Amino acid sequence: MTVSPDLDRRFRDAAAAAQLLDAAFDLVDSPLGPLLVAATDRGLLRVMYDAEPERELERLALVAGPRVLRSPRAVDRARRQLDEYFEGRREQFELELDLRGLAPFAEHVLGELARVPYGTTTTYGTLAAQAGAPKAARAVGTVMNRNPVPIVLPCHRVVGASGALTGYGGGLDRKVRLLRLEGVLA
Amino acid sequence: MAVVIPPFERFYSDHRDEVYGFLRRRLGPGAAEDAFQETFLRALHAYGRLEHGRELRAWVLTIARRIVIDVYRRQRPQGELPELAAEDELPAFEELAGLTNGLPPTERAAVVLRYGYDLPYERIAAALGSSQEAARQAASSGVRRLRKEHRR
Repeated sequence: MTVSPDLDRRFRDAAAAAQLLDAAFDLVDSPLGPLLVAATDRGLLRVMYDAEPERELERLALVAGPRVLRSPRAVDRARRQLDEYFEGRREQFELELDLRGLAPFAEHVLGELARVPYGTTTTYGTLAAQAGAPKAARAVGTVMNRNPVPIVLPCHRVVGASGALTGYGGGLDRKVRLLRLEGVLA
Repeated sequence: MAVVIPPFERFYSDHRDEVYGFLRRRLGPGAAEDAFQETFLRALHAYGRLEHGRELRAWVLTIARRIVIDVYRRQRPQGELPELAAEDELPAFEELAGLTNGLPPTERAAVVLRYGYDLPYERIAAALGSSQEAARQAASSGVRRLRKEHRR
């Protein structure tokens, strides 16, 4: 006998409300395609492009613990803020982040990245210098590429010293679209 | 060695329909929904402390069975408990299912619910969408038919 969608949703809501989950996730629609958004009770854990939920389950469980469940309600706050961002009504995210498992350098660099304002760009070298490692531009590039929460931590605002867009974990096309949205590119 | 417990989402997706079916047969549609939530919330509560991922189906059905017993206890405070096979993996239903294959659907359902699951006629009537009297008649004519077939 099949569980009705309504009963299924009620269980998923209840599980999140009871704070019994190690991590909750859902797919969030966006102009850049569906985003897999995952959160824990500490904060936002992942934003992923082109994610296949079935495959990501194991990885989320490895990071956060086995109690991983799809629960739309648990990511409502992130969903709302992402919607507002894509509609051009939000320039800053007000979300706690769960950055567990990151190396200290990555954490440091992402902390600097979080301060790059909406509608501007910086360079890998500048970010490296701000993180206290001026020669580590390449390592900063790697950190950007592995950013666990793209869009929210704006690695799309980091470009090469020459102004070239260089790369983006979600594909260069998405970087262009985000920078257009923010008015950096025409 | 890594502890291999599947992510809860997978466990839930694999077993939700079977658990719900089990609860519906025992409790009817309304109570089954509450019991379903309770079963998986209890499972979720204990899930992080599991030491391995074996026999998860039997594990969650045991939780569901305990909840069914709790529901019956709440409904019958005098302690008049139907005999529920709380430990057996195979409920009486499985045996009856084979025996009753040849019965007309309503009679078969009534016999299985009454004698396989010990449900009161009130619940059987609810499950069949009929009156209690009709449920009683369906069960007894089903039993008569089985006896006749058995003698043949």
